[in-house]
Amino acid sequence: MSRKLPKKDVVIVGLGWTGSIMANELTDEGLDVIAIERGPWRDTPTEFPPNYAQDELRYRIRHELFLRPEQTTFTFRNKMDQTALPIRDWGSFMPPNGVGGGGVHWNAETFRFLPSDFVLKTHLTERYGASFLPQDMTIQDWGVTYDDLEQHYDAFEYLTGTCGTAGNLSGQIQEGGNPFEGPRSRPYPNPPQKQPFSHTLFAKAARDLGYKPFPQPSGNMSQAYTNPLGLHLGPCTYCGFCEWFGCGNYSKSSPQTTILPFLIRKSNFSLRDNSEVIRIDLDRSGKHATGVTFVDTGGVEWEQPADLVILSAYAIFNVHLLLHSKIGSPYDPAANTGVVGRNFTHQTISSVNGFFDNKKFNFNPFISSGSIGMCIDEFNGDNFDHGPHGFVGGGYMGQVQTNGRPIQSTLVPPGTPKWGAAWKSAVRDNYLSTVKPGTGVHGSFYSYRDVYLDLDPTYKDRFGRPLVRLTIDFHDNELKQNVFLTDKFAEIIRAMGAHTVDKQYRKGPYDSTDYQTTHLNGGAIMGTDPSTSAINRYLQSWDVPNLFVMGASAFPQNPGYNPTGTVAALAYWSAAAIRKQYLKNPAPLIHA
Amino acid sequence: MKRRDFLAGTAILVLSTMNSRATVISGGLPWTPNAGSPPVPVRPGPWHYFTSDEGHAVEALADRIIPPDPQTPGGKDSGCAVFIDRQLAGPYGRSDGLYTRPPFMPGTKQQGAQSAKGPAASYRDALAALDKYCQSKHQGKRFPELSDQEKDDLLKGLEDEKVKLEGVDGKAFFAQVIKDVQQGFFADPLYGGNRDMVAWKMIGYPGARYNYLDWVDRHNERFPLPPVSIMGRTDWSPKT
Repeated sequence: MSRKLPKKDVVIVGLGWTGSIMANELTDEGLDVIAIERGPWRDTPTEFPPNYAQDELRYRIRHELFLRPEQTTFTFRNKMDQTALPIRDWGSFMPPNGVGGGGVHWNAETFRFLPSDFVLKTHLTERYGASFLPQDMTIQDWGVTYDDLEQHYDAFEYLTGTCGTAGNLSGQIQEGGNPFEGPRSRPYPNPPQKQPFSHTLFAKAARDLGYKPFPQPSGNMSQAYTNPLGLHLGPCTYCGFCEWFGCGNYSKSSPQTTILPFLIRKSNFSLRDNSEVIRIDLDRSGKHATGVTFVDTGGVEWEQPADLVILSAYAIFNVHLLLHSKIGSPYDPAANTGVVGRNFTHQTISSVNGFFDNKKFNFNPFISSGSIGMCIDEFNGDNFDHGPHGFVGGGYMGQVQTNGRPIQSTLVPPGTPKWGAAWKSAVRDNYLSTVKPGTGVHGSFYSYRDVYLDLDPTYKDRFGRPLVRLTIDFHDNELKQNVFLTDKFAEIIRAMGAHTVDKQYRKGPYDSTDYQTTHLNGGAIMGTDPSTSAINRYLQSWDVPNLFVMGASAFPQNPGYNPTGTVAALAYWSAAAIRKQYLKNPAPLIHA
Repeated sequence: MKRRDFLAGTAILVLSTMNSRATVISGGLPWTPNAGSPPVPVRPGPWHYFTSDEGHAVEALADRIIPPDPQTPGGKDSGCAVFIDRQLAGPYGRSDGLYTRPPFMPGTKQQGAQSAKGPAASYRDALAALDKYCQSKHQGKRFPELSDQEKDDLLKGLEDEKVKLEGVDGKAFFAQVIKDVQQGFFADPLYGGNRDMVAWKMIGYPGARYNYLDWVDRHNERFPLPPVSIMGRTDWSPKT
């Protein structure tokens, strides 16, 4: 039996980026808002101050700031006829935990998607014909357009002080920016970060090959910045401890640096940490949420009633809660019916390491930031003619090396033994003169009928609930895309002057132990048709109109960029719809 | 229980129920003086997890994975075995925080490790199997007593799966030792390896400095300052 708490206007499940944005927007409307967060409160002085934040073993190798798999994990298999087994330790992605969510330990790469990404199915069908797409590919239009989201992208970039060079200002292409991006209503709030040697060298080589390199849009500050809420960020010191780490300098955009100190002072906001929501409660009709049930660390179950429920956990945990709460029909890939769990996607990442003559090149790879780098966008989305190549999709690529942390950045040329005297001298001779872009090729992952989420029949979480089962493999379209992009990328690394290039193609089958990114998407996608989407264009549940589902679970497929800018823009877009439309008439905003 | 869960003040209300550690935060940022969780440096001294024989074997392994040379000590003298010992004695050795619920079923490589055994127990079993193998093939000699050439031949055999250890996946074990030794070599010295920052000096990594604002656009210049650990540097302490 759960104990009942006093009713609130709004309950928010998970206080990461989208939960924080929603809480701030809805408290501005005068609503009484409570956020319930599974993990602990996190702040800079306690958990990652500059005297011990730079600990590669503790934070990167042992995952100090992340969710513990014992708390909950997933099962995984490549194909529907395999038995899924639990992911016992994190590998290909790293779910966050705690206040701030992934915003605490991300790199802060703050991209927008291309206008064509939002109307992908229509765009590709018109340009290439429906028969150009693989038969089992299930891509869709989003139901929202770039123009709908522009002002909301802008709001997030100004909230977080994004540093960059605009490539398209109201339709005018700008020198030095990304010429392929959608039109911006105004420039970035801050100039781009300074670029270290190898990143600059990449830009020069790319320019010489005829590309248009641009600085990666960065949430690591190029200068001190005061955001519209009056919160201050300090200049980034290029310490080389960004992704996987919290920032000790208040230089990285995060809910902690850009929203929470403002939000927490509002009398109509409160936060309950260390409490895991296990269910969205429905009334007898099954069409109206009455609140949520959560469990605190003492194992005590509580009911938090509310008029409006905002689901803003990590993408796959949103889907987990929908499945356990029996909201929306679960996806069945055999019958091709149902929506919850449909169109699950990840990313197609690869890289090319470059080895240079150490008498001529000294890169000081430890001088870097999380979202530093020079990129090109010629091979992203549909920025190039796919006709001759036989695949769709693409990605940005660039020298986006974030660090020279020695446990993971001591590379040796191909053919070097893995240990012994030869390994040791190769490490010594190459550390300062190697380029290791990391996520150098950041490719898209489109959706397929047999890549999906459902509940596992065998393995359970600590509450005895079935784990989410991931069924995912790479399809030929993405593998072809990756070979094409990786080869193009290698040409640029070679042109920088590398004597040896080591191409690290992404190969199948999908491997749950090999880190790519934490950009898992889909499973509760947005759209215009309730038979193929779980939420409408305002992120409102088709089935339970007083439930809104944030996050990358809404992506019908994954474009070739980092997702956070779009995830945040969608949250602002949804918040605007709630403020302007829903609160006046709490009902479905779209009638299917 | 963490200290900040007990914070007093207006911001935090501890729910009035037994065993509850969930808190409600409102009104202002939670703050308490001297909060923090700085790392605890490893102390030299006896093995915490290994037996004496196991410790010697891991030292010998570490010295073949990272052999000493005139400029830089090897795996043993840089503390890699101490690093592994302290790691195995701690949460890592016990698989703390990982998903360890049954059933344990063999899977594909892509599904990741599915063993019920944590790293500490795996080391114990594999070191025993290695010892048994050495004694039977080398007239009762144990691994540290072999010549460097004999050691390297054996390790190459494990790598190529030509040497089989009884009841243990020798290839996977050696891959794990390589990973752990190299982590100890490059991690901050506070964990027991990388003694006196020898690995960082070898490659030119300046360590825990945290600020390169003045250096980001000084391209193709060697960074001139020596490394510093999270614990500081020995020459920062007053000489006695």
